[in-house]
Amino acid sequence: MGYYSAFSIFRHALSGNKNWGRAWRDPAPKPAYDVVIVGGGGHGLATAYYLAKEHGIKNIAVIEKGWLGGGNTGRNTTIVRSNYMMPGNTLFYEHSLKLWEDLSQDLNYNVMISQRGQYNLCHSQGQMDAARRRGNVMRANGIDAELFDRNEVRERLPYLDYSNNARFPVQGAIFQSRAGTARHDAVAWGYARAADQCGVDIIQQCEVQGYLWENGKVVGVETTKGPIRANKVGLAVAGHSGHLATKAGLRLPIESHALQAFVSEPLKPMVDTVISYGAAHFYISQSDKGGLVMGGDLDGYNSYAQRGGLPIVEHSMACAKALVPSISRLRLLRHWAGIMDMSMDGSPFITKTSIDGLYLNGGWCYGGFKATPASGWNFAWLLAKDEPHEEAAEFTLDRFERGYQIDEKGVGPQPNAH
Amino acid sequence: MLRINCPVCGLRDETEFTYGADASVTRPDMNETDVNAWLDYVFNRDNPRGPHQEYWHHVQGCRQWLVLERNTLTHEMGDCRLAKEVSK
Repeated sequence: MGYYSAFSIFRHALSGNKNWGRAWRDPAPKPAYDVVIVGGGGHGLATAYYLAKEHGIKNIAVIEKGWLGGGNTGRNTTIVRSNYMMPGNTLFYEHSLKLWEDLSQDLNYNVMISQRGQYNLCHSQGQMDAARRRGNVMRANGIDAELFDRNEVRERLPYLDYSNNARFPVQGAIFQSRAGTARHDAVAWGYARAADQCGVDIIQQCEVQGYLWENGKVVGVETTKGPIRANKVGLAVAGHSGHLATKAGLRLPIESHALQAFVSEPLKPMVDTVISYGAAHFYISQSDKGGLVMGGDLDGYNSYAQRGGLPIVEHSMACAKALVPSISRLRLLRHWAGIMDMSMDGSPFITKTSIDGLYLNGGWCYGGFKATPASGWNFAWLLAKDEPHEEAAEFTLDRFERGYQIDEKGVGPQPNAH
Repeated sequence: MLRINCPVCGLRDETEFTYGADASVTRPDMNETDVNAWLDYVFNRDNPRGPHQEYWHHVQGCRQWLVLERNTLTHEMGDCRLAKEVSK
């Protein structure tokens, strides 16, 4: 496998690039592990990596039904930011952004983090007030935030609609300069390679069908490649959290919903930042290949189908046209959907469950990608020490019965509204 | 595009409807004092991968609330009935 460097590129070029080794092994599952992580997306692989690296646990398996990063890790809009306001969220996402900033060096794998900044547009005085409050909370926690008025936004983003015809005129924006994008596939591959080098077994094409039980405790998983025993089983399966929890007899405060994203045909560089529309759920950035990457609203009804409906395509493109009129004749190249585990308050879970031996990492709603490093880091902490790190201590299942929901948007227990 | 077979209006596009909520959840009796019953009702869901009972509002049609059975994995449509009849 070896260490990736400019020198290794030069050396392999001399031999015609024929001798690059596999980035990670393809082992058969062992009969037993210390920890089994279900789900080979960014969160599961990051958990395995930090368990091995930070906590010295080496006997770990990551079990994936399909292929690495084939779920939501490969289906998002690659945005990374830490502009959260509620206690319990703010510092967690900031830790994640700090891990992102050094991730390429840490993993020895270029995750192409690009801190191009992110604008959240405001279209009313009320939104400006809310943005100012959010910005102040962020700055009080040591996170960068700037508030721009309409003229400053117009100087920076001249291609938005500032005409008298604008459906929702731009009043200003809150800006985080350290936010940006990262290469989503590279995140899965980088964590997989780094975890593999620490001795983690990554087992693909292996579906978990049930659990092994002893005295009411989970002691492993039943898979399509046979039973695998484990002292601890961690679920990091995003949209399928509900499905795998049901197999253990748990009901979760989660519904699964489809979220779509879109890529246009490639353009010359135009959008050099990330822009979130404030009047509807819509955001836009530009990939390194030139395609405009856009995301919109949930389809609105429960779904495990990894495909979206056409009404949301039309709705999202209407938002795009309302925000950036000049792209109205652009064609869409692709659209796809991922299954979001929408929690009842819009915030995630990194927690023990009521079943001994079973741990849950889920409920990430739309926000899973940016959380990947800190999610793995904190889930690893929980699995290793059996107690949460303080920055993720609020992400429990019992916060609903205690009345401590973390409802960033303030919409109540409506999963399709977060 | 989902197409929903409204018992009043017939087969109509999903854009005429608004999704309501999981229809398998029933509100506890108003005199219920067990906190867990209410916790379950407000927050916890079966979230099935397969057949799902759900409320839809035919807001741009007959304005009736409907209970639809839909498969969340395949979007296959099952029974669709008026909510007021289901609740009887």
